Amino acid sequence: MAKKITLPLTDEAIKDLKAGDSVLITGSMLTGRDAAHKRLFELIEKGEKLPVDLSGEVIYYVGPAPAKPGHAVGPAGPTSSYRMDKYTPALLDRGLKAMIGKGARSPEVIESMIKNGCVYFAAIGGAAALISQSIKKVETLAYEDLGTEAIYRFTVEDFPAIVAIDSMGNLAAPSLIKK
Amino acid sequence: MEIRSINAQTITQTVKKLYMDMNYFIGDDILSALKNAQQNESSSTGKAVLSTLIENNRIAARDEVAICQDTGMAVMFIEYGEKVVIENGSFEDAVQEGVRQAYIDGYLRKSVVDDPVFERINTKDNTPAIIYTTIVPGSKIKILAGCKGFGSENMSAVKMLTPSAGIEGVRKFILDTVRTAGPNPCPPIVVGVGIGGTFEKAAMLAKKATLRPIDTKNPDSRYAQLEDELLAGINKMGFGPAGLGGDNTALGVNIEYFPTHIAGMPVAVNICCHAARHKEAEI
Ligand code: SF4
Repeated sequence: MAKKITLPLTDEAIKDLKAGDSVLITGSMLTGRDAAHKRLFELIEKGEKLPVDLSGEVIYYVGPAPAKPGHAVGPAGPTSSYRMDKYTPALLDRGLKAMIGKGARSPEVIESMIKNGCVYFAAIGGAAALISQSIKKVETLAYEDLGTEAIYRFTVEDFPAIVAIDSMGNLAAPSLIKK
Repeated sequence: MEIRSINAQTITQTVKKLYMDMNYFIGDDILSALKNAQQNESSSTGKAVLSTLIENNRIAARDEVAICQDTGMAVMFIEYGEKVVIENGSFEDAVQEGVRQAYIDGYLRKSVVDDPVFERINTKDNTPAIIYTTIVPGSKIKILAGCKGFGSENMSAVKMLTPSAGIEGVRKFILDTVRTAGPNPCPPIVVGVGIGGTFEKAAMLAKKATLRPIDTKNPDSRYAQLEDELLAGINKMGFGPAGLGGDNTALGVNIEYFPTHIAGMPVAVNICCHAARHKEAEI
């Protein structure tokens, strides 16, 4: 049975999530992938203000396809998380609480997750049409020029995911740590 | 010699339809492999993931939306009959225009950037497509089309093995590549293998292998057997559906081979995800 969770996530709720749990997520989350991460990271390195406040947020690694008329969003499944690994610890230090993506994470990311009390969810790669049905509203927050790679705010209802790495660093499957 | 004229518009329309259809409607080969996998999967998470993927394919076909948001880079292998002349345009432009229209009118994601290293500006219509054309006898045009997502493309590899590596070396390189890819390329995957030729020929064969339906076998029984062995070996790795553990890491392994040099044995492994989109048309 999937556990229903709502955003924003409290520290208590994060502690309750165990690797392997199936969840249905309701609430609002940020999106961002390669290009947006690069920009955020460069601003953090320069000590400049970010265009979005990361504290308490969940970020979904996704670059949606265009929406058909009458649809809130186009197909929107997860992209590979390891490409964000280089930038992730800096974002977690800025208060980001959870990430949604697919595939393995680096030991550095997992260490930073434990330190900051964060959770990493896996969405099912390639299940983009199905996942998009749980996304009810989309607003552009920053980096509109990046098109599909911009930072959006998604309002979701019962978004399906699995706790891939929990806040203690436990893995849902051994291959989720990048060797 | 009898010449056949084909209107550029016909080519554009054919390519457009191929790309829209392949992105909305998963092939029967993949769908039945997913259903089989769902039946025999022993991990309960794996079973649930496979059911989700089957349901995803149903929703995509019902709503005519893309199966996966990464609608890939377009790649085509085209056999061009030497008796064909193109009217009202050029062949290359007509094919590219078909891709452009499919991605714009079909609500498919535009994922191509103009230069790989510097500005990386999106071309906004998913062109250029990569087109490999061979001239063949006859008066037809045959298009084998695929779109390749990069989650799995990034996990692919080529190695210049030498003859002494033998079949053991080939096996090891293929399995190592799949093991390194692990959970990232959206398992259950389809593995395309190209063996022989030159450096680039092996890679092209591997790509072409990913476009062959997975319910077919290499006609040479030795290679067909290698396909079976590799599939069994990969499915013992345990990555499972979505990389969350289970018996189904791959749905199929397709091998294509070609003559090679006395000193060489190039091997290329092109990894493709379960959204293995490919379609053929003949004009
Ligand atoms: S690897 Fe395939 S299924 Fe996964 S996100 Fe990329 S295109 Fe989609």
